[in-house]
Amino acid sequence: MTNLIVELSKYGLSILAALYTLLCFSILKKKGTVEKVQGFGLQLLILFFLHFLAYTVLYLKTENDNLLVFYVLQVALITFVQIFFQTVYPKVNRLVLNNMCFLMAVGFIILTRLSYDKAVKQFQIAAASLVLSFCVPFLIRKCKFLENIPWVYGGVGLALLGIVAIMGSVSHGAKLALSFGSLFSIQPSEFVKLSFVFFAAARLSESTAFKDVVITSVMAGAHVLVLVASRDLGGALIFFVAYLVVLYVATKQPFYLLGGLGAGSAAAYVAYLLFSHVQVRVLAWSDPFSYIDKEGYQITQSLFAIGTGSWFGMGLLQGTPNKIPFVEQDFVFSAVAEELGGIFAICLILICLSCFLMFVNIAMQLKDSFYKLTALGLGTLYGFQVFLTIGGGIKFIPSTGVTLPLVSYGGSSLLATILMFSIIQGMYLLRVDEGLKNEKKKQKRSPRRGKAEKTKKES
Amino acid sequence: MAVVTYIFSGLFAMLAVYFVYFEGFLREDVINNPYNSRQELFAEQVIRGKILAADGETLAETLVAADGTETRSYPYGNMFAHAVGYSSHGKAGLELLGNFHVLTSNAYLPERVMKDIREEKNTGDNLVTTLDVDLQRAAYAALGNHKGAVVAIEPSTGKILCMVSKPDFDPNQVDAQWEDWNALDPADSVLYNRATQGLYPPGSVFKIITLLEYMREDPDAEDFSFDCDGTLTRGDYTIGCYRKTAHGMQSLQKAFANSCNTAFAQIGLGLDADNFSQTCDQLLFDQKLPLSLPYSRSSFVLDSGSSDSERMMTSIGQGETMVSPMHMAMIASAISNRGVLMEPYLIDHLETYTGNTVRTFRPKAYGKLMTDVEAKTLTEYMEQVIAEGTATSLRSLNITVAGKTGSAEFSSDKSKSHAWFTGFSVGEEKDLAVCVLVEEGGSGNGQAAPIAGKVFEAYY
Repeated sequence: MTNLIVELSKYGLSILAALYTLLCFSILKKKGTVEKVQGFGLQLLILFFLHFLAYTVLYLKTENDNLLVFYVLQVALITFVQIFFQTVYPKVNRLVLNNMCFLMAVGFIILTRLSYDKAVKQFQIAAASLVLSFCVPFLIRKCKFLENIPWVYGGVGLALLGIVAIMGSVSHGAKLALSFGSLFSIQPSEFVKLSFVFFAAARLSESTAFKDVVITSVMAGAHVLVLVASRDLGGALIFFVAYLVVLYVATKQPFYLLGGLGAGSAAAYVAYLLFSHVQVRVLAWSDPFSYIDKEGYQITQSLFAIGTGSWFGMGLLQGTPNKIPFVEQDFVFSAVAEELGGIFAICLILICLSCFLMFVNIAMQLKDSFYKLTALGLGTLYGFQVFLTIGGGIKFIPSTGVTLPLVSYGGSSLLATILMFSIIQGMYLLRVDEGLKNEKKKQKRSPRRGKAEKTKKES
Repeated sequence: MAVVTYIFSGLFAMLAVYFVYFEGFLREDVINNPYNSRQELFAEQVIRGKILAADGETLAETLVAADGTETRSYPYGNMFAHAVGYSSHGKAGLELLGNFHVLTSNAYLPERVMKDIREEKNTGDNLVTTLDVDLQRAAYAALGNHKGAVVAIEPSTGKILCMVSKPDFDPNQVDAQWEDWNALDPADSVLYNRATQGLYPPGSVFKIITLLEYMREDPDAEDFSFDCDGTLTRGDYTIGCYRKTAHGMQSLQKAFANSCNTAFAQIGLGLDADNFSQTCDQLLFDQKLPLSLPYSRSSFVLDSGSSDSERMMTSIGQGETMVSPMHMAMIASAISNRGVLMEPYLIDHLETYTGNTVRTFRPKAYGKLMTDVEAKTLTEYMEQVIAEGTATSLRSLNITVAGKTGSAEFSSDKSKSHAWFTGFSVGEEKDLAVCVLVEEGGSGNGQAAPIAGKVFEAYY
């Protein structure tokens, strides 16, 4: 009986993931509000069913009774988050909310499989982060000064990165984290990502005069250089790309985008010539099988995992994903592909794409240029990070050692990503406010010195 | 902003497409890697498929007893030992090469799912090899009790038709005799595949390459003549012909057919060491071979600083040059195939246990090792070796063969030598290249060529 369930669950999980993914894209085409709400509800139902099926298999295979409690707590958390957002912020973007829950649930499932202790820790941080995030949309709406303090974002962010570069604990050649004792460490760069986008958006929404662009770019470049000095190559790339995109959209100058990309490529090439750790990454990517014992070990293990899993996966607890070094962080996608299968993994890619598209979509609808640029910058951070981690895991590009947001293990990354999703929700709600104001304005047909109108004129 | 959306959507689409491409096309070759320990997981769910000869004869199969115990059986015992290999105590040969394939079942999907559910093992796919039982049997018998190796390749495709290495072992006895087999130095072990891993001084078979280089460097090579009195001295080093025979006046063709050492040492002294080295690189000395079996890299050592004695020795295949029998077979097969080397391979296709073809491995050209004209000229010269030169023992064959014999000294004891023959059939519809090495076999004509003759006889 156990075997039957385990065997059929492989196909069941793939089908459920595919259905969920399909809804991500098909709901958007639906015109009627009722239809949409039904669609989102159905998505949630699929999510719970998938989660249930996965934990059934995990329980049957491990017979660890703690999993029963753990499962119930997870269901409670997801239910609570859904109910809270939908009651307190009725206009919340349901797709972004569902995707956040889905990705977190996949994270819990795969982490439970990889390491129960880490999964529990991840769950605790997720619960705390979500509670914290409840007030974020409210703050976004109420705090009108957010766009007036670019140098606070820039200064604090750069200082934090600097502290890490100097005092950070070195792990595997890179300085990423600040350790407080042996139990607790944080990765400030995860949070600086957010402040960095706020900085860029605040500065560039204020002025895109050449002089200001130069000043802003110097500050942004300083962030990137400090990350390079800490050997956080993935982080440096993400900051760089996010800044370029925000700069391009703010200035509408293709020159900045192309020039930036050119300069970035040149810098990457110089880094390749100068730094041995960059060369190792490129070598491990271009010819991993010739260096399978050392440089290429991680990526070849990842490819073995993905290939062995094939389309439907080995089934939960049927593979050996723990053979991949850092599987819970940088290579969690490969673990998903090995045990849940290639179809599931492709769905994961598409769900991440769906998140990105929603972020950009929200950015497009916002009229205030600060909020617009912030939403876009955060979306770019997210999209490019997903591209780097999945691309690295499947050997499409050299591995840069970044995490898959919401799925990978890591408290700082999880908290920062949940905050990011909540900030986007806050912006989405602002868009609704903006819309309401415009309608009211039309009804009254009288000039009002509202924020929305002012920015409209400017743009 | 739309631009940004398109760019990022494009990046995501590329990820998804590459992922599908990986799972669809790259996957099998990636995971069929000896380093992939995940293959062991399959063994718990799949009964190892068979390994079959080209004609369907069973070379290896798994017998399942009533209580579910599995035994791997090798009906031909020692005969296919190194080619088929073994699958316990590690893996070797085809058992290693095709491990993933025999542990993958492509049987009818509903059947597989039903068996999974019933916790029954599925039956893995069968590996249909390129190996020819008649050729293997002939080569195995002809090599007799000698240490050495015989390799036969179909030059137009690269199919390895037979591969014998001796001393050999019975793969049915791996569990019982593993300790004994490993008590010896690895290079003396019966497990050592001399065909691909053994490195030997090539002796006179290397004259094929010296000849090629000479023709490349000197447009008037055909006008070469040399009066051989049995020895040639430069400084305090003297090189002699086999048994100090004085060959007398030699044209290039005669010198090659008679395997005249002094003439070739004379040629060697005039060759440009760097160009020579380049030609050898092109012929895959000091290079990776396009071969998926474990092998040793052949080496060629000569540079512009080399002394006269080193040049003389190198040009007759003594010196520090080392080569494997498989590599010599590949060179012969490239000459036979108009200079184009086909990558040697052992797995022809995969089929389900019910006989449905799953995947066919197509011949792959590695590249051109020499020009069409060069290959043609070398063939003419090599034909003369049989017609009027050293390989007299092959004259009785009813087909035309081109080849070269070699007797390679390998120690300070000049009376001992390894016997070599490498050659191929000319003008036949089915082509065949054969390389024979007999350790301490004495002369190429006496020991190696007759073994090659048996293989040709078995094929034609």
